[in-house]
Amino acid sequence: NTFLPAATVDRLSFHNLQELRHSASLATKVFIQRDYRDGTICKFQTKFPAELDSRIERSLFEETLKTLNCYYAEAEKIGGQSYLEGCLACATAYIIFLCMETRYEMILKKISMYIQEQNEKIYTPRGLLLTDPVERGMRVVSFAKSQDGPAGFGSPSSAHSPARSNQLSP
Amino acid sequence: MITRKVTRKWEKLPGKNTFCCDGRVMMARQKGVFYLTLFLIIGTCSLFFAFECPYLAVHLSPAIPVFAVLLFVFVMAMLLRTSFSDPGVLPRALPEEANFIEMEIEAANGNVLAGQRPPPRIKNVQINNQIVKLKYCYTCKIFRPPRASHCSICDNCVDRFDHHCPWVGNCVGKRNYRYFYLFTLSLSLLTIYIFAFDIVHVVLREYRNFFEHVVSLTPHCTVLEVLVCFFTLWSVVGLTGFHTYLISLNQTTNEDIKGSWSGKNRVQNPYSHKNIIENCCEVLCGPTYPSVLDRRGVMLEDSTSPTSSDASAASTHKSSNPVSQTTKSSAPLIPNEHTPDEAKPSIGAGTQKSTSSPKEEKPPSPTSPNAVAPAVIKESAH
Repeated sequence: NTFLPAATVDRLSFHNLQELRHSASLATKVFIQRDYRDGTICKFQTKFPAELDSRIERSLFEETLKTLNCYYAEAEKIGGQSYLEGCLACATAYIIFLCMETRYEMILKKISMYIQEQNEKIYTPRGLLLTDPVERGMRVVSFAKSQDGPAGFGSPSSAHSPARSNQLSP
Repeated sequence: MITRKVTRKWEKLPGKNTFCCDGRVMMARQKGVFYLTLFLIIGTCSLFFAFECPYLAVHLSPAIPVFAVLLFVFVMAMLLRTSFSDPGVLPRALPEEANFIEMEIEAANGNVLAGQRPPPRIKNVQINNQIVKLKYCYTCKIFRPPRASHCSICDNCVDRFDHHCPWVGNCVGKRNYRYFYLFTLSLSLLTIYIFAFDIVHVVLREYRNFFEHVVSLTPHCTVLEVLVCFFTLWSVVGLTGFHTYLISLNQTTNEDIKGSWSGKNRVQNPYSHKNIIENCCEVLCGPTYPSVLDRRGVMLEDSTSPTSSDASAASTHKSSNPVSQTTKSSAPLIPNEHTPDEAKPSIGAGTQKSTSSPKEEKPPSPTSPNAVAPAVIKESAH
């Protein structure tokens, strides 16, 4: 009665990311702070830190951060969609938020997937691990540098065994 | 089946908050005045519905109690949202971040001679061409973002801190300010409404029952309601007016009290759009910020014996934080199952409680939890 749905294959790679996160807690960390020049909106500094000089190209780093900043800007944009969401929610005394996901939360999910994808493609092969700022109170973007160099965090797509699959009962 | 106690993150959160409903509700410690608020609102409205509304519905219009009910429901919803939600608490810095900031501060300060006081920990940032000072919070070990402040009652740094309101039993901050404002506004309307119709009721009765001897409880209730409404009116309507003024200037109560943006040599408010409509829209119709405090994420606590077959990965539930939080396990055991697909839209709906038996959610049908095969445990236990 066991089968591997497509989602499980993705989960296997996530399993490994969790192990990487654990080993990340033993690594040195670099923190990118918030950029407050435009006010209280969520935006991170794109200045390339010297500590990452040996590990990653400046352009890749800047691209990741600029994309993140774009996502956050979109989430915090005050425009037609946010008005609509606000007015609709107000009309229902905000009870609708118990059933519905807000726009910000949907974008946070997109950001989480983007960070995961960036980690798999770019950062873990270079021995870095990017943590989602939402886990740090939206204060910092943290890069964990593995002490073993580029091989430190291993490869996310390797070393998973089928026995890790979930047994799904109908 | 082995029952395993699941520790959720709210149990280990620092600060002086109380949590209810397994982390879904977050309030300050002192709730006495909040109960008084509830009692006054529910009590007065109950008297109104029980004694005034029947008369008014018959003699004037049935729309009167209907509108009163809608207004009452709205007031209660806003009150509960303000009181129970996370005001925008900033989580404290983890040790690595705190050390990183300390190192930055030491590097910036240079060598401090023995006996000399170290300079105050302040960071200057330029916001919209104004210099704003960010202060360091010694409790939370962070430089407070602009407009954030540390609430000593709740012992938390709160983003866009307005004030700590004992009447709602919670801080008012970025995430619940609009609910607080709508609460005061709707409560003002409700108070005026009840007050007005009490007067109408008394006047009508006086005219109609002039020649009839009517002995009833109604006049006494009406007097009580009028008294409560009268005193409430002055305070709540005044408060609503004050907050309307603050919103139009995009200021917080905290900034107003401290005089951050007033005075000749002071900085002008860098957050104001200089346009009343834009300021109001930003505060009232802006995006709804999610909570960054992961209250309902599970902390892995592995207290079961090795023979237990059900020590599965703890499932993460989401209340207001949509992103699954990775839990840093103390032992390198089963990592947290973590996929974005698992994110359920039902926030705070409390779909599953994993306290009785360990369950694992699967993305396709999140409502049917499964027991994880023993193989999973043994594989990952390394």
